[in-house]
Amino acid sequence: MSSHESSYEPKSATAKWWDERLPLPRLMYDQFIEFPTPRNLNYMWTFGGILTFCLVAQLITGIVLAMHYIPSGGEAFDSVDRIRRDVNYGWLIQPMHAVGASMFFLAAYLHTFRGLYYGSYRAPREILWILGVFILLAMMATAFMGYSLPWGQMSFWAVTVITNLFSSLDQIIPGLGTSIVQWLWGGYSVSGVTLTRFFSLHYLLPFVIFGLVILHVWALHVCGQNNPTGIEIKTKSDSVPMYPYAISKDVFALFIFVIIFAWFMLFLPDYLGHADNFVKADPLVTPPHIVPEWYFLPFYAILRAIPDKLGGVIAMFASIAILAFVPWLDRSPVRSTKYRPIYKWFFWLFVFACLALGYLGAKPAEGTYVFWARVFTFYYFAHFLIVMPILGSMETPKSMPGSITEAVLGKGDKSATRSAPAGAPLGAPAAPEDR
Amino acid sequence: MPQPRRKTGNAERETEMIMKHAFSSLCGVLVAVASLGLTTTANAAGGEEIHIERHDWTYGGIKGQFDPIQLRRGFQVYQEVCSACHGLVRVRFRNLVEPGGPEFDEEAVKTLAADWPNQIVDGPNDEGEMFERPPKLSDPIRGPYRNQQEARAAQNGAYPPDLSLITRARGVHNDAAWYIHVPQMALDILTGYQEGGSDYLYALLTGYHEPPEGFELSEGMSYNKYFPGHQIAMGQPIPEEGAVEYQDNAGATMSMKQNSEDVTAFLAWAADPSLNQRKQLGWSALVYLLITTLLLYFAKKRIWARVKH
Repeated sequence: MSSHESSYEPKSATAKWWDERLPLPRLMYDQFIEFPTPRNLNYMWTFGGILTFCLVAQLITGIVLAMHYIPSGGEAFDSVDRIRRDVNYGWLIQPMHAVGASMFFLAAYLHTFRGLYYGSYRAPREILWILGVFILLAMMATAFMGYSLPWGQMSFWAVTVITNLFSSLDQIIPGLGTSIVQWLWGGYSVSGVTLTRFFSLHYLLPFVIFGLVILHVWALHVCGQNNPTGIEIKTKSDSVPMYPYAISKDVFALFIFVIIFAWFMLFLPDYLGHADNFVKADPLVTPPHIVPEWYFLPFYAILRAIPDKLGGVIAMFASIAILAFVPWLDRSPVRSTKYRPIYKWFFWLFVFACLALGYLGAKPAEGTYVFWARVFTFYYFAHFLIVMPILGSMETPKSMPGSITEAVLGKGDKSATRSAPAGAPLGAPAAPEDR
Repeated sequence: MPQPRRKTGNAERETEMIMKHAFSSLCGVLVAVASLGLTTTANAAGGEEIHIERHDWTYGGIKGQFDPIQLRRGFQVYQEVCSACHGLVRVRFRNLVEPGGPEFDEEAVKTLAADWPNQIVDGPNDEGEMFERPPKLSDPIRGPYRNQQEARAAQNGAYPPDLSLITRARGVHNDAAWYIHVPQMALDILTGYQEGGSDYLYALLTGYHEPPEGFELSEGMSYNKYFPGHQIAMGQPIPEEGAVEYQDNAGATMSMKQNSEDVTAFLAWAADPSLNQRKQLGWSALVYLLITTLLLYFAKKRIWARVKH
């Protein structure tokens, strides 16, 4: 896979037997133990592991919930309530899955912002990045369909509003949008039929995500990790083996994340949801405010910022699709924003715009809210289409270190490239940076 | 009503409760200091802002737990007032016995169920007929109406909703400006505030007034300050002087506020019966996670001490 030579040596006869037939232990050893990771990675690089944890947690809790959940219009709401009341530990597993979705998105967004800040999308990591965009899209589809399953008021009306968006295609080809919407619904309105197919897809898509994640990790291990300097690993002293260095950091960060997860799950299970979803779906009663879950709010704000329905739908999908083109929109000679004194400000403005859109997405589409939603929607796209290409070619980057080692140890430090720190603890691999 | 007896072993629990109260009042002071100047508002129809007070619930925040004595009083209010119109079908009689709830005596609840006015439709029997029978411990706490149509027919077109999930199905809408709203969200997360539904329900129960001048009230409707649109089909359930007289050892005396607070707490339990267990697990989990995280941090520090980074 990646450039480093395999140093795996099977230690037992069984291990040797396997190595000659299916070298899975060798693969694991090379990719997750020996794998060279940049020595200067910061905590923003721990979200890969955290996201893997999230995916596995969602799969396990989801499979257990599916054993008790009844995907029918008449019984879905009651079955979720029964899971919380009567299933052993259902009161724990149900919020774990529901809060887990929020935590998954929290980690995914931080992971994405990290990629944007440090230029992790730049050559040769374009495919790695685009796979990430696909994962994000698949996550959104999964979360949207998963949110419909409790079949509360907000579930029902979110499905109604979002599936209805496709009817705007009637503006292009009359009848096309309506046909698509009816095909999605499995009828002439949102009903139990819609719920059942969403359940089926909600069970399927996580495995698609799982496959995409394997490709994502594969691509990562071909190119190697980016790092805060954006300079590739050049010599052995630039990297440390994944185990124990990166792993020990990842596990520590994962536990910090799990503390936050547990806080919401055990003390605030309802905080991230909506009260209306504790009311059984009723096609005859529209809730006063139809609002998506927090992780969709920025996109919802973009949707509503455009006065034209079809335009809004296009803008909403474009706001995610545009991420796939970032590798070619960024014209800067350097990868990392760390060395881009002007772009740095625009990056944080972009983060602010996303947060502001999230806030505005939760507000009614009226008055000054609409005005600001338009301003920030404009900046969202301008950031990618104007700032990235133009500023990239105009800006003079700050002077950069020659290598990762130099960035960590400074220029004159000879120990950087040489081995044997005198006071290394007993039993520590001698000068891991030299391996 | 039957007189459910208190279980034994209360001395222990009471000491525990006192300690919990001491801790939660300390937390309460800190929160009160921190939240000075922050307000929660509900946006009623018409756009005017209605302020909904945050109530000090025993089960509020990260440390809160239900007070079984209060839940018993609350059940009494539900039984004597609310159950005339509202069902509680997601709660079963056996839940009233289980730990973390009102913890009534099992025999007393059996009697209660057998005397419950709303029968269970069962069957078919050997002759193929459906029949009605008194509820057992495993049966839901039914309201007086068999379905929505019957309820509307009896209630002048209004539908008294089932109350099983009511405190989770209602909330307080925060309409403050962003520079107040955002810090308040952070504070709510840190203090574990998610009792908006209880706050709303308590406000609603105590929010009946004469309509202000010029307000046109439809026939059969009541004016309520906190209900969206201010017109509510439910007449004032608990009058000013209170509606339900408690037993001498119930720890509280009748008043509108006391009755409303107790029934709100009871309904909060009905909506979230695992709250006690969940929050207790939360504390164990936090202790375990913090210790492990600390150990992991030291391990990580030790490992990275081998390289400059």
